[in-house]
Amino acid sequence: MLKINNLHASVDDKAILRGINLEVKAGEVHAIMGPNGSGKSTLASVIAGKEEYEVTEGSITLDDESIDEMSAEERAHKGVFLSFQYPVEIPGVSVTNFIKTAINETRKAKGLPNMPANEMLKMIREKSEMLEIDRKFLSRSLNEGFSGGEKKRNEIFQLAMLEPKLAILDETDSGLDIDALRIVANGVNKLKSEDNAVIVITHYQRLLDHIVPDFVHVLHNGRIVKTGGKELAHELEEKGYDWIKEEANA
Amino acid sequence: MELKEKLVSSFMAFEDRIDIDSPVHDIRSEAMKTFETDGFPGKKNEDWKYTSLKSVLKHDYSVFPKQENHIDYQQVKKYFIHDIDTYKIVFVDGKYSSYLSETTHEGIDVCLMSSALNKPKYRLIIENYFNKIAGKDSITSLNTAFSQEGAYIHIPKNKLVAKPIQIIHFATGNESALMLQPRNLIVVDENSHVQIVERHQSLTENPVLTNSVTEIYANKRAIVDYYKIQNDNEHASLIDNTFINQRQESFASLHTFSFGGKLTRNNLSFFQNGERVDSTLKGVTIIGGKQHVDHNTLVHHIEPNCESHQDYKGIFADSSTGVFNGKVLVNKEAQKTNAFQANNNILVSDKASINTKPQLEIFADDVKCSHGCTIGQLDETAMFYMRSRGIPEKEAKALLMFAFSNNVLSSVKIPEIKERITKIIAHKLGVNIGFDL
Repeated sequence: MLKINNLHASVDDKAILRGINLEVKAGEVHAIMGPNGSGKSTLASVIAGKEEYEVTEGSITLDDESIDEMSAEERAHKGVFLSFQYPVEIPGVSVTNFIKTAINETRKAKGLPNMPANEMLKMIREKSEMLEIDRKFLSRSLNEGFSGGEKKRNEIFQLAMLEPKLAILDETDSGLDIDALRIVANGVNKLKSEDNAVIVITHYQRLLDHIVPDFVHVLHNGRIVKTGGKELAHELEEKGYDWIKEEANA
Repeated sequence: MELKEKLVSSFMAFEDRIDIDSPVHDIRSEAMKTFETDGFPGKKNEDWKYTSLKSVLKHDYSVFPKQENHIDYQQVKKYFIHDIDTYKIVFVDGKYSSYLSETTHEGIDVCLMSSALNKPKYRLIIENYFNKIAGKDSITSLNTAFSQEGAYIHIPKNKLVAKPIQIIHFATGNESALMLQPRNLIVVDENSHVQIVERHQSLTENPVLTNSVTEIYANKRAIVDYYKIQNDNEHASLIDNTFINQRQESFASLHTFSFGGKLTRNNLSFFQNGERVDSTLKGVTIIGGKQHVDHNTLVHHIEPNCESHQDYKGIFADSSTGVFNGKVLVNKEAQKTNAFQANNNILVSDKASINTKPQLEIFADDVKCSHGCTIGQLDETAMFYMRSRGIPEKEAKALLMFAFSNNVLSSVKIPEIKERITKIIAHKLGVNIGFDL
């Protein structure tokens, strides 16, 4: 589904990604771990199409189609979703109205008519129940005054509504207490299918107890320096990242 | 002939035609002297430093429209708030249009300034209120000199006026260039509540210059909500001079939505002549092209225990220019004043500009006064956030602008107006956001 080949990216002429190679197939869960500043969030933003990052080398394809030249919204329409580490507050636009706009714009891009109101309502009800989101929450302004946990849960609610092909969860576990973590992880697991894929970016192993990865990659200095199974995450949790850095620098 | 000379000579002809015994005769003559001495304000005048009238004064305006023009309701329906029942005072090229209007004398007076100035039964109100708080600057004086027509609204005490009142001025283009000088007087007595919407709309590409003066008196415990919708075409300019006098425990709010017009200058002055008065001044400006919008506000805190809230948002695209000059004056006696002022601006283009200047003069020592102004660009992270959810750039920008204006829109009390403003903004931004905020 997603193929990243020798990807280099920089911001303000500072190289952050220095040759990433990654293939994610439908039905898989990949975890990307690594110390602060290793390029995890940059990788997520570059896949999603953030314009501040300049891709200097390499390519990204989604279902064998190059997405390098696509805008963020075009990538979203193709099925890429990024759950933000720091979701943005949009005062005056309710959660419901925002998601309606996002869904209908995506449908418009695919040449489909707006989703009928009753269908939309039904979907909103189902997905909010799945994530144990209070209905009142949905009429509040998007992310405005939300707690850290509420923001993350709202990200997963949008993920559930948009049903993307490729979901990238950037530090979704930060700011979540253990109950919220369980709810969010259950939500992601329910949405998982043979046709979609998930990339989980995290510092810690605890989210990976709930969303179990098929592959764990360790990012260091803008490169994937180690790849393993889910047991690699446990090893990192125990031993930290220093041994990886030493191995990489050796 | 220069416009000033034309106006001065027209005044003599104007005086000949109207009742010399009218109680306002002396006021008019006095005002004309002021205008004759001071003329139109130039850039040397500190209050007009960033707004030049030069480009709007160059036309050869007709000062008195020659004929009455009929316009069809269907043609102008869209400029009315037409989905709710309202009173309407409508003028076409400065002349009252009874056909488009819906006035009343039942319990309240919603009618014409010309009647109020001429009929004996209104004489007392005219003597007590006319030109009592209007400024003595040259622009206001020019209007005072020619004051003859406009809206006259008197709400006696203990009346809750259920229907909003619309004051609308149309210009048709029958004259090659037209200058309009409407004069409104609004008196709201004790415990009464009224909602007013004002709009100036040119239907022509011929230049139109409107110099409007409105005096509003909110007496004891009165509530006045006033909305100005400024979405005129690029050939029309407006100088709006609005003066609001508030007695004790009254509440007055004025929202100005500036989306169109060639040059728009809003001179807005609030006088808090009573204790526990609340004044709200809010505005959203969204302009582009070469448009210019200038908000010049004054809140004069005269008595203790009063509040004022100012919140102006501006979004400037292309080569448009904006000015915000907000003056808050707190008298020595006005202790326990709470005065807030905020002016936030977004420049969407490198060529757009805004001059913002808070001016606080505080003579009391136990007050809370705050002011803040910001000038920025659209938040890139917020843009990326929305676009990564599939919302295209144009729509994402629009949503951010709505979000930015939301504080002002949220205090609009008439839902139909809020909806209308939302639609105008969406139209202006070229998007269909598919829901009302």
